[in-house]
Amino acid sequence: MSKAKFKNPVVKWIDHRLPIFSFMDHELNHYPTPKNLNYFWNFGSLAGIALVTMIITGIVLSMNYTAHVDYAFDSVERIMRDVNHGWLIRYIHMNGASFFFIVVYIHIFRGLYYGSYKAPRELLWILGVLILLLMMATAFMGYVLPWGQMSFWGATVITNLFSAIPLVGESIVTWLWGGFSVDNSTLNRFFSLHFVLPFVIVGVVILHLVALHRFGSNNPIGIDVKGTQDTLPFNPYYTIKDLFGLGVFLTIFAAAVFFFPNFMGHPDNYIEANPMVTPAHIVPEWYFLPFYAILRAIPDKLGGVLFMFGSIAVLFVIPWLDRSSVRSSQFRPIFKIFFWILLADCVLLGYLGAMPAEGIYVILSRIATAYYFFHFLILFPLLPYIEKTKPLPISISEPVLSGSSPASAFAFREKK
Amino acid sequence: MSTKSKTKKNKDEGKRDFLVVSTYAMAGIGAASFAWPLIDQMNPAADTLALASTEIDLSSLEEGQAITVKWRGKPVFVRHRTAEEIKNAQEASIDDMRDPEKDSDRVTNEKYIVLVGVCTHLGCVPLGQKSGDVKGQYGGWFCPCHGSHYDHSGRIRKGPAPTNLAVPSYEFLSDTLIKIG
Repeated sequence: MSKAKFKNPVVKWIDHRLPIFSFMDHELNHYPTPKNLNYFWNFGSLAGIALVTMIITGIVLSMNYTAHVDYAFDSVERIMRDVNHGWLIRYIHMNGASFFFIVVYIHIFRGLYYGSYKAPRELLWILGVLILLLMMATAFMGYVLPWGQMSFWGATVITNLFSAIPLVGESIVTWLWGGFSVDNSTLNRFFSLHFVLPFVIVGVVILHLVALHRFGSNNPIGIDVKGTQDTLPFNPYYTIKDLFGLGVFLTIFAAAVFFFPNFMGHPDNYIEANPMVTPAHIVPEWYFLPFYAILRAIPDKLGGVLFMFGSIAVLFVIPWLDRSSVRSSQFRPIFKIFFWILLADCVLLGYLGAMPAEGIYVILSRIATAYYFFHFLILFPLLPYIEKTKPLPISISEPVLSGSSPASAFAFREKK
Repeated sequence: MSTKSKTKKNKDEGKRDFLVVSTYAMAGIGAASFAWPLIDQMNPAADTLALASTEIDLSSLEEGQAITVKWRGKPVFVRHRTAEEIKNAQEASIDDMRDPEKDSDRVTNEKYIVLVGVCTHLGCVPLGQKSGDVKGQYGGWFCPCHGSHYDHSGRIRKGPAPTNLAVPSYEFLSDTLIKIG
C-alpha cells in the first residue's frame, strides 16, 4: 500500500490525524479491480444507489406521513395531491422499491452464475443474503403504511404465517399485532421498524463492502487475480463504467416514475383499508411472488411456511452445498444449463404466485418448488461428481489480451 | 509537422476539457433538480396554503372587550377599543417610539385594532386580552416572557421587542365582519 500524497494542506493535516482520505484513496481510487468485469458487475453499486435513494425519499416522506389508522391513508393522499412535489417523491419511493429488488435479484443471479459465493467469499455472500432478508422485511412493512386494502390484508396474511408455529403461534401473532387484529398498534410499530431497518441494512452493506474489499471482486472467468497485470485501478475505469450503467438505470427508472408509476402496484391499494372486507384476489408485491407461490404450493399450513422460509434459508448455505472448485459457469457446461433452468423456474414461480391457487397452477407450483430445492440441495452437491469442467485459463490477462474467448486463449497457450 | 500535431493535441485537449466541464455541469443540474423537490416539500403544502384566511364576526364584541382567533396557526388579537383608548393611541407622541407609526396607519376602523398576537421579540403571546390580565405600563399588552410593553395600538413602548405588533392584512366585508389573510 503506497502512502497517498495529498497536495491540499488541510487534507494533509486531517489525514495525518484521521486517515479518512487515505482510506478513500485506497478503497475507491487505487482499489485494484479485475480488468475483465462485464456489465453484470454494475448491479452492486446500483443497489447501493437504490438504497440511498430509498432512504432519502423515505425520510422526506416520513415528514408528511401520519402513522395512525384514521389518518394514514389520507396523509398519503395528501402527499400525492397537496405536498409540494409529493407525488414525485412518493412515486420515486414506491417504484424505487421495485427497482431495488430488480437490481438486487440481478446481482444475486450474477453471483450464482459466476460462482461469486465460493471460497474465500462465503461471508460476503451470507451478508448479501442477510441484506435480502432485511430488504424483504422492510419492503413488507413499507407496503403496509399507505393503509390501503392490499396493505391491510397483506399485513394480515403475512403476520398470520407465524400462527403456523405449533403451540406458541397464536401468542406470537398477537404479540406482533399488539392486539387481536392488524390495527393501530401494528401500523405504529411497522412504521417505526420500516424507518429503522434501512439503517440496519446500511450497516450490513458496510460489512458486505469490507468483506468484498478483502479479496476484491470475483470476475467473469472466476479465477483469482494473479497480479497487477490482471487488474485496473477502480478509478477512473470502473467509476466511469458504473456511472454509465447508472445513467442507463436512471433513464429506465425515470421512465417508470413518470410514465408508468402504478404499473408494478395494485389498484386495490388505492382503496382505504377495511377490516370487514377482503379483496377478491390478494397478491403480494411482485418481488415476493416466487416465495408466495412456494407458500401456496405446500398443502399444509406449517409446511408451507417452512418451505417458504427454507427457500431463503437455503441461500445462506450454498457456499457449502456447491462442491465444485470451479467458480464461473463459463467452464461448467452442465451447471450453466441448470442455471438457466433455475432462472426460468424462479420466473415461473413468480408467475404462479400471481395466479389464483387452483387447478393447473397448484400442480405447476409444486413442480417448480420441487425443482427449486432440487437445484440447491441435490444438484449443487452432486453435480461436481458428474460434470467435466472445461480447462481454466492461466490468468485473467491472457484471455483478455488474446481478444477472444477464454477457452481459445487457453488453446492458444497450449500451442505455444 | 511537429507543430501541426501539437496544435491537434491542444485541440483534442480543449475538446476533452469541454466534455469534462459539460459533464460536471449536467451532473450538477441533475443533482440540483433532484434535490429541489426534496427541499421544497418542506414548504407549506397546497392544503396548508388553502387555509390561510379566517373570517371573524365582530357583532357580539362589546366596547372594551377583546377576542383572540387563530389564523395560520397563530393568535390574532381583535380589541374593540374604548373612546379613551383610541384617544390615548392617537395622541401619543410617536417621536420617542422605537418603531414610530401613527395609530391611523394601523387601523382601518379606529374602533377595532387587529394585531398578530405574537411578540416581535422571540415569539411569545403577550397578555392583555382577558380582563384580569396584566396589560403593561401603556395599557395595551404585556409580554410575560421578557417584559415588552405595548400600547393601545400594539406599538412597542418599553422592553426588548424591536418592532410593533404586526398588523395582518385584513378587510371589512361588512361593518362587523372581517376577513384576515
